[in-house]
Amino acid sequence: MTDAKPTLWQRYLSANPVTISFLAILLGFVVGALVIIFSSADVMHAWTQIFNSPGGIFHALKVSLDNVGAAYRAMFTGSVVDPTIFWHALTTGQGWNAALTPLSETLTYAAPLAIISIGVAISFETGLFNIGANGQAILGGIAGTAFGSMINLPMYIHLPLTLLCGVAAGAFFGLIPGVLKALTGAHEVIVTLMLNYVVAFFLLYSLLSTPLQLPGQANDLSRVILPSAQLPTFFSTATTLRVNWGILIAIAVVAFGWWFLNRSTMGFDFRVTGANPNAARASGINPKKVIIYVFLISGGLAGLAGVVQVDGTTHALDGGFLIGSAGIGFTAITVSLLGRNKPINVFWGAILFSALGVGGRIMQAETGIPLDLATIIQSAVVLFVATPVLVQEIFRLREGNLHTIQLNTKGWGT
Amino acid sequence: MLFMRLELKGITKRFGSFTANDAIDLVVEPGEIHCLLGENGAGKSTLMNVLFGLYSADGGEILVNGEPVHFATSGDAVRKGIGMVHQHFMLVPVFTVAENVMLGFEPTKSFNRIDYETASAKIRKFSEEFGLEVNPDAVVEDLPVGIQQRVEILKALSQEAELLILDEPTAVLTPQEIESLIKIMKGLAASGKSILFISHKLKEVRAVADKITVIRLGKVVGTGLPTDSEEELASKMVGRSVNLQVEKGPHNPGAPVLEVKDLVVRDERGVAVVNNISFTVNRGEVLAVAGVQGNGQSELVEAIAGLRGVESGSISINGIRVDNATPRECLDAGLAHIPEDRQRDGLVLSLSVADNLVLNTPRAPQFAGRGSRKLAAVKENADKLVKDFDIRTESVNAPVGSLSGGNQQKVIVARELSRNVDVLIAAQPTRGLDVGSIEYVHKQFIRERDNNKAVLLVSSELDEVFALADRIAVMFQGTITGIVSPQSTRESIGLLMAGITEQSND
Repeated sequence: MTDAKPTLWQRYLSANPVTISFLAILLGFVVGALVIIFSSADVMHAWTQIFNSPGGIFHALKVSLDNVGAAYRAMFTGSVVDPTIFWHALTTGQGWNAALTPLSETLTYAAPLAIISIGVAISFETGLFNIGANGQAILGGIAGTAFGSMINLPMYIHLPLTLLCGVAAGAFFGLIPGVLKALTGAHEVIVTLMLNYVVAFFLLYSLLSTPLQLPGQANDLSRVILPSAQLPTFFSTATTLRVNWGILIAIAVVAFGWWFLNRSTMGFDFRVTGANPNAARASGINPKKVIIYVFLISGGLAGLAGVVQVDGTTHALDGGFLIGSAGIGFTAITVSLLGRNKPINVFWGAILFSALGVGGRIMQAETGIPLDLATIIQSAVVLFVATPVLVQEIFRLREGNLHTIQLNTKGWGT
Repeated sequence: MLFMRLELKGITKRFGSFTANDAIDLVVEPGEIHCLLGENGAGKSTLMNVLFGLYSADGGEILVNGEPVHFATSGDAVRKGIGMVHQHFMLVPVFTVAENVMLGFEPTKSFNRIDYETASAKIRKFSEEFGLEVNPDAVVEDLPVGIQQRVEILKALSQEAELLILDEPTAVLTPQEIESLIKIMKGLAASGKSILFISHKLKEVRAVADKITVIRLGKVVGTGLPTDSEEELASKMVGRSVNLQVEKGPHNPGAPVLEVKDLVVRDERGVAVVNNISFTVNRGEVLAVAGVQGNGQSELVEAIAGLRGVESGSISINGIRVDNATPRECLDAGLAHIPEDRQRDGLVLSLSVADNLVLNTPRAPQFAGRGSRKLAAVKENADKLVKDFDIRTESVNAPVGSLSGGNQQKVIVARELSRNVDVLIAAQPTRGLDVGSIEYVHKQFIRERDNNKAVLLVSSELDEVFALADRIAVMFQGTITGIVSPQSTRESIGLLMAGITEQSND
């Protein structure tokens, strides 16, 4: 036990949470590259020809790398920045709009994702699984849209009340599984999962019936949120830069989440309960109260995410709101896992996943590779994060403090 | 009969960078009772598991009658004549004694039918030969623990064991049962069997051993003879001199603090595991609840701490009723609770030492205000308690799970005693602790008593009960069979522990 103190470099190469996360992301992209290679007809054709001509193998490799390179280049330029456009803007002062649009889009979509992920992370940290964040977000979006579009108030009161409506609706919808679990022991995973369906159909119903449906419309479209309730953008509406106050709200929520879990007395109760429910009870913590508060907070944040989503981007709901290929509430589960329930990490995770989604759309447009590749990368990243030992073996890392990165995946209560 | 001389030479076993056994040498002569004495975590069980083929050694060799052997599985060890009686019995409760003993080695008649007559006869033969009285047709779950242990010994003998390993065999026995176990061990040794007896209890070791090997931190640190004094053996085991006597002032009880009246508590199956119990603990005294484990002590403590519902009767602290109260209400009424299972109920292993030291007082005004925790104050509190209670940790921010068992217990003791409480309930507070920590915890309890607090100690270790108690309540099957003074003899308490009261003798 007289090992020399590890150098900084050795510390980087040991299995610590930061290194594991970065390598997991890297591996996620490697998996994505393999999927691109194996699913592209061009590439597969090139590989069948490697014995037909001298140097065929190099041609096949080149085709593979070209395809992967084109896809990932499109993803990067679509979600972060296109260096040529940026350089052009920098030298000529023209075209800033186009240069900043990718980043603006990424931040726009990251805002609700970060907010909802903090809520999910708080529930996970308490050992409770809020799988119903998606439904809570949709209900928050519906409530916010209704209040924002049908009531007329000055902005300084209309906007906050609109957001509050979203929070209240999400919290109310979180309260249902919370109360059921606290009083009857109903398992929260089942209840929240099922309530997602309830709210998805409630959305369709409300978009096709009188108060919320856009008047004179037959399609599933809602009224438009009034300008007095819309989240202000940072740039003029003449630009395509949609980034808005939502990202500020997200930063505030991340700060709240950090304070709540690390500094607040209630957050302490939550963490104690999540780590050891028996000791929590013996120390005088009321588990029923904890369950109900967890779902109130987690649901409230999901509702806020829903209203920020609609209020910051489209300003109206349609039948596909937050449902998509994987609803925002489900992406939030993977983001919390990636960030290991630490609010600051969760924030960066939300930015990354948002960038993958935004860039994936550009990639689909430019290269024809389906957007689902982004989901594959996201899923692979989370799988690698969840199996740190595998990452450690692949990269032959030194033994590190792996025990600190075990994911909290056990529930409690009956 | 083939006698066995067992020799271990330089046995080494490592787990990662941790060396559990470091070049251990040990010789057991035929007919010898050899004691392996050491604290918990000294490496006794690891050594036995190596010997029994459950672990493979990283170095060294095992010699049976001078011939090197290699055990890949416990079956190899059994075939070479080594039998093991585990601390937790490996018996099928619903089978009869005969069925359990022959399990895996069933004698058969034609068509592979099991030959029960032969099995029973064999057991009777062994019973008589070694003075182990057991009815081969009794169902194991109906037998008292001491008899179940005999079944385990019989099982090992029926597999022609020449060397028996007994791993902490007395932990679950009453004093009378320990007496008869010692008699059995002596009888076996006289008939030529060798016995390796593992224990950390000095009294028994001195009563039974022919030879004593003391191990500490994985190394043999010395040998001893049963004629050595307890203090000599203890200091070899701990590595420094220890004081086994707890010094305390005269018993000077004050006003009643904890009052339990006609208490009935049921367990999950609806059985009244605490059945009509009444007692009072006064200021300035230690009331010890003695008894064999599993006679309702755990449920009694849980009921007082608010962790288990009460069927009928009352519990009050300072006159405030706390039966069926929440744990919070019990804590606020002035209760400190050192739970039986510290890792389950007492600590959050992943949280820091500092957080665990305020686990049940996170909202006390000095540690929080307006919903925010005062982490500086929490750390200051931890620094002070770590110093006052001599908790060995690299930092107050280290997770409490990284501490040794003794230091984990000190964290709980420090937390509970640093709150200003009136009654302290401690359930098996020194289980699994090393002698040094036991000494320390005992001193703290006596200090509380001398500071005019009421202490309720629940322990199945009679030595501990005698060392600390001002009065001893003995529990048997959910009832208190007697409340006696610590001047009573071990024998009289042993009878109460077995449920034999003077009335029932009449």
